[in-house]
Amino acid sequence: MSIASTQNKGFGAILWDYLTTVDHKKIGNMYIAAGAFFFILGGIEALIIRIQLMAPENDFISAGLYNEMITMHGTTMIFLAATPILVGFMNAIMPLQIGARDVAFPFLNSLGFWLFLFGGIMLNLSWFLGGAPDAGWTAYTPLSTQSPGHGVDFYVMGLQLSGAGTLMGGINFLVTIVTMRAPGMTYMRMPLFTWTTFVASILILFAFPALTVGLFLLMFDRMFGSAFFDVALGGNSVIWQHLFWIFGHPEVYILILPAFGIFSEIFPVFAKKRLFGYSSMVFATFMIAFLGFMVWAHHMFTVGLGPVANAIFAVATMAIAVPTGIKIFNWLATMWGGSIRINSAMLWSLAFIPSFTIGGMTGVMLAASTADFQYHDTYFVVAHFHYVIVGGVVFGILAGLHYWWPKLFGKVLHEGMGKIAFWLFFIGFHLTFFIQHFLGLMGMPRRYWVFLENQGLDTGNLVSTIGAFLMALGSIVFVINVVYTTMKGEKASADPWGTGRTLEWAISSPAPEYNFKQLPLVRGLDPLWIEKMDGNVKMTPAEPLNDIHMPNGSILPLIMTIGFFIASLGFIYQVDSKAWLIVLYAGMAIALGCMLIRSLKDDHGFHIHKEDLEREAD
Amino acid sequence: MTDHTNKLNSFRRHKQKEEMKHQVITFALMIIFTLIAFLVVAAGMDKTYVIPVILTLAVVQVGFQFYYFMHMKDKGHEVIAALIYGGIWIAIITILTFTTIIWW
Repeated sequence: MSIASTQNKGFGAILWDYLTTVDHKKIGNMYIAAGAFFFILGGIEALIIRIQLMAPENDFISAGLYNEMITMHGTTMIFLAATPILVGFMNAIMPLQIGARDVAFPFLNSLGFWLFLFGGIMLNLSWFLGGAPDAGWTAYTPLSTQSPGHGVDFYVMGLQLSGAGTLMGGINFLVTIVTMRAPGMTYMRMPLFTWTTFVASILILFAFPALTVGLFLLMFDRMFGSAFFDVALGGNSVIWQHLFWIFGHPEVYILILPAFGIFSEIFPVFAKKRLFGYSSMVFATFMIAFLGFMVWAHHMFTVGLGPVANAIFAVATMAIAVPTGIKIFNWLATMWGGSIRINSAMLWSLAFIPSFTIGGMTGVMLAASTADFQYHDTYFVVAHFHYVIVGGVVFGILAGLHYWWPKLFGKVLHEGMGKIAFWLFFIGFHLTFFIQHFLGLMGMPRRYWVFLENQGLDTGNLVSTIGAFLMALGSIVFVINVVYTTMKGEKASADPWGTGRTLEWAISSPAPEYNFKQLPLVRGLDPLWIEKMDGNVKMTPAEPLNDIHMPNGSILPLIMTIGFFIASLGFIYQVDSKAWLIVLYAGMAIALGCMLIRSLKDDHGFHIHKEDLEREAD
Repeated sequence: MTDHTNKLNSFRRHKQKEEMKHQVITFALMIIFTLIAFLVVAAGMDKTYVIPVILTLAVVQVGFQFYYFMHMKDKGHEVIAALIYGGIWIAIITILTFTTIIWW
């Protein structure tokens, strides 16, 4: 396939190209697009929740629908919006940062994406097939084992599918970073975003199996009559909570660490200074990951673990504030004395520091297990985790979108609209969630669909709802910005910010399908900056120009995923009628058949020839 | 040139021989360990003695498996080793928590 034949294609060809692609950049873009779609879906659910809570004893939606709304809002935002968008960044940017031509397993990468997407579709199908899951995003047993209808079944199968996809992604990134770094790219020369991708992938590798096991047990309890969580038959319902949080707590670090990585890329570029305390940043990342695995029970302080267990988990939790503090001070010191340029990417990053610190501070308050008995299940907790997840992860995602948009899509987002979106969203965010701290301290419980009037909660909830609408407005402006930029925006240069430091800015925007014509020679941290300081326009190549080996696209991952999707529907409905077992077997046959084809058919890929590469302009 | 390749070949042959020796020794040891495990059970010894012995032998066998048969002792396996130990550590913490606060 020569380069020329990829130009001027019809819609069908483009669609086929995306359905079969194994290119990490296209898969990354699809992750971001699908994640953005689910983010809007989750945002609409959030607005419905806030409208219901706008006034005392409101009856905008029924209690049952409210339960479905909060469950789907949480599940969608964590599993289908935040995680995939960050995985999309990892996919699209990490190989460029380490000077690789693709990820280690392109086929697996594509399979991971389709599994995530169909898992998300599975989960949301429940809206149309008799009601969404309503047991909260944590699906605590026995609530989830006794929830009538098929809602929770869709939760189980949807998360199982998308979880498998994420696990594949994590393993893929680990192997890519360990084995595919460009010549000279030692571990301690890797950009921070690559480091955080690496550590987040380790967390994925170790945390997701706990979720998989938990979901399997729940699936057997709900669909095949087992009693793992049924106390009446000798089971133990608290085990679900442990399994969920052994996964769930590392999961929040899977979200926040890549966001930290994004900020660590943005501050040096726009402060025109190298990242302060690089090695301590790497160390802090590892510390957070290490400690992140031994704090899960702080979500369960009021379960009755006993004072000793509570104390141990409380102290471990507070310890996490130390490496996080190291990071905050390093970012501040990076900007100290730098020649700072403030644009949209930088605004999101600057806003992140105080917002996230407030969330971290309430986190330490919640970690004090005795005090937690007061805060537990109130809006104080809701305020806390929205401060860290919106103020940390969502701000990180938006900063990253502004920063890498030229590298992903070849155009720079409009600055003015970026700033308007930022201010609307930033003010709306604090308006929504700051007041929820006080609502919580005044005793407003989580997950209740109504509150009574004249208990001091009326004004606070109204303010919170107004804030939510400001956030929605900000998001709309951002979407308009994306549409406008796509239609009218000018083509970006390789290094549109002018002060790019890492390897992704050394190649054209968007990156060519083979990424690097010649693998670059990395001579230190911030390799592109080193070359710039030496007066070089381009990276020094580490190899002569040669044929580039590329993997062939494949439709198999999509068909395999559809097989698993059909089988999942079979699992869900075989409870009602055994005839559905046929669907289950048919789906499994499709999936296993695809695996067989993949195993037996050799696919050696193709080469982009040296002559074609030479003909191309730089 | 031929002399050079000859020297390289003899070096490689020597290394392979050494490697083979290690493999055979560990294999023999593993068979012996398995026999011991069966013997202590068959001999009907006290539980408090049998369980720790079998567990210790199992840990050593896993070590042999990883380091000799799966080449973790060779160069370039440091990351893999670190990840395996990380996984073991997380599993230990989980089991420790479960045995102390759920299954006591």
